[in-house]
Amino acid sequence: MNIVVCVKYVPDATADQKFESDNTVDRVAVPGLLSELDEYAVEQALQLKEKSEDPESVSVTALSVGPEAAADAIRKALQMGADKGVHVVDDAIAGSDALATSKVLAEAIKKIGGVDVVVCGMASTDGGMSVVPAMLAERLDLPQLTFASVLGARGGDFRIQRDGDVATERIAASAPLVLSVTDQTGEARYPSFKLIMAAKKKPLDTWSLGDLGVDASEVGLSAAWTVVENTEARPPRTAGEIVTDEDGSGAKALADFLASKKFI
Amino acid sequence: MSEILVLVDHVDGAVKKPTFELLTIAKRLGEPSAVFIGVADASAAAVESVKKFGAEKVYVVDDAEIKGYLVAPKAEALQQIAAQANPDAILITSTAEGKEIAGRLAVKLDSGLITDAVDVQEGPVTTQSVFAGSYTVQAKVTKGTPIITVKPNAAAPEESAGAGAVENVAVTLSESAKKAQIVKSEPRAASGRPELTEAAIVVSGGRGTGGNFEPVENLADALGAAVGASRAAVDSGWKPHAFQIGQTGKVVSPQLYIAAGISGAIQHRAGMQTSKTIIAVNKDEEAPIFELVDFGVVGDLHSVLPAVTAEINQRKG
Ligand SMILES: Cc1cc2nc3c(=O)[nH]c(=O)nc-3n(C[C@H](O)[C@H](O)[C@H](O)COP(=O)(O)OP(=O)(O)OC[C@H]3O[C@@H](n4cnc5c(N)ncnc54)[C@H](O)[C@@H]3O)c2cc1C
Repeated sequence: MNIVVCVKYVPDATADQKFESDNTVDRVAVPGLLSELDEYAVEQALQLKEKSEDPESVSVTALSVGPEAAADAIRKALQMGADKGVHVVDDAIAGSDALATSKVLAEAIKKIGGVDVVVCGMASTDGGMSVVPAMLAERLDLPQLTFASVLGARGGDFRIQRDGDVATERIAASAPLVLSVTDQTGEARYPSFKLIMAAKKKPLDTWSLGDLGVDASEVGLSAAWTVVENTEARPPRTAGEIVTDEDGSGAKALADFLASKKFI
Repeated sequence: MSEILVLVDHVDGAVKKPTFELLTIAKRLGEPSAVFIGVADASAAAVESVKKFGAEKVYVVDDAEIKGYLVAPKAEALQQIAAQANPDAILITSTAEGKEIAGRLAVKLDSGLITDAVDVQEGPVTTQSVFAGSYTVQAKVTKGTPIITVKPNAAAPEESAGAGAVENVAVTLSESAKKAQIVKSEPRAASGRPELTEAAIVVSGGRGTGGNFEPVENLADALGAAVGASRAAVDSGWKPHAFQIGQTGKVVSPQLYIAAGISGAIQHRAGMQTSKTIIAVNKDEEAPIFELVDFGVVGDLHSVLPAVTAEINQRKG
């Protein structure tokens, strides 16, 4: 079985994020890392391998589309236990939106070849659109089992629990397929020292758009299907009033505040 | 005037409020056409309600074949209706499912997609709130038919009678759309409270509740509010995941958000930071949530919340 886990390199969410003058996200000023939500995807990919009947025959490939530094995200996945990495890097990719990114990912998955399972995180911690897994399924013409909070597999048959807005659903499909998993699937492992050392010897291929047969004009900021016309920093919240409760004074003050704002 | 397609979000024909908001937005952009995908029996009720909010046309798709599968068939249905209607834009509610339908549709139609709009004006020009609410962004689709997913509360629904002409559409599904099969569905029990993403007021509890959500729920009921929870409260099994506010839960933007016994971790803030007014009750005066608040009480939620609830109920008389 061949598993590909899609990992994104994102700006550290704890740092202040800002826009550049061309209205794209400034991805240089802020240090980056493997999107925390993709760690759950790596974890589930590794568990699929470990729980399969013949783990040795299962390969887990970490795939990332992103700038030079995105190799760090792939390396983290290798340290967690993925077998190899593929990094698609090309200057023309900068500024790509979800449609273009999903296109490059889909072409890379086709080039990797013979892929049975594609695993994604539920969203990226920066863009957060949550649409790339569905787009990938559409582009690869594969079934999607997305937003899995629980994942089960028997051979090539998969079943997930999806906690939807109005119902909790069980959904089933057979490989080949696209999965996305939520943070409810269980904590991601920490790389052990042994794995960190071993990761240094694992293969990490670097591909350009040319290697994938994707024309540079199909991706990137100039080819984007959407354009940002304006970005504006919201004024910071002004400091509020804080009171300390003493014998019910807090409740009274709070009720007064609610009344002053016409909530009661 | 060109049609604007609005995918109707409903449960058994009972149309949800965000759909009326979408119809109101659609009127700004062109002629609203609703797309109802559901049981044929329930369509009459749905048609009546979308008509009231300006739907000139209602495309009705019987979901007998569709409902057993995840996402893909709905995208195919919309693709086929779009081919027929040639709309100027397609509006879908920003739920997990809505965004996935939109994503697949964008690939099918080779059209630009904007998600999580908090406003849409003529153009269509969308407004989004990004980076945990620290920026607002205006954007436009430049290719194909604009597909826009819109968050609840993006507009005040305005009643305005539409013709509501019904057009039954027979959709043909591909084999690949029928591969992710919904084998079981357990509807969530109704709480009797407003829906989290639609509510004007949300009262949330965290680890500080110690598992006792009664003070949170009583305050919510006194204010007519929805109840939310932090991930710590969800992970402890005190509330189902559907209550979770934050990066990996729901993102809410109500008029008033009250956080009780919640520290204010960055992932929680991502789900509530754009709320208009924020109140926190926390016994730790150093809790980061106090950096966000308009009003904060340093105190024990188990005494402050019941006292506020009593005060509110008394003032309401
Ligand atoms: C990938 C990832 C995704 C995440 N997604 C989310 C998410 O979507 N939503 C989310 O909420 N979290 C999320 N988290 C978790 C987040 O980091 C925090 O751990 C979580 O929000 C903490 O919840 P809490 O504030 O209830 O608990 P704590 O941080 O433990 O805070 C409890 C607070 O209660 C106060 N308190 C205790 N007793 C009382 C009392 N009697 N009266 C008043 N105050 C009291 C304490 O002073 C403290 O401030 C995520 C984390 C990760 C890694």
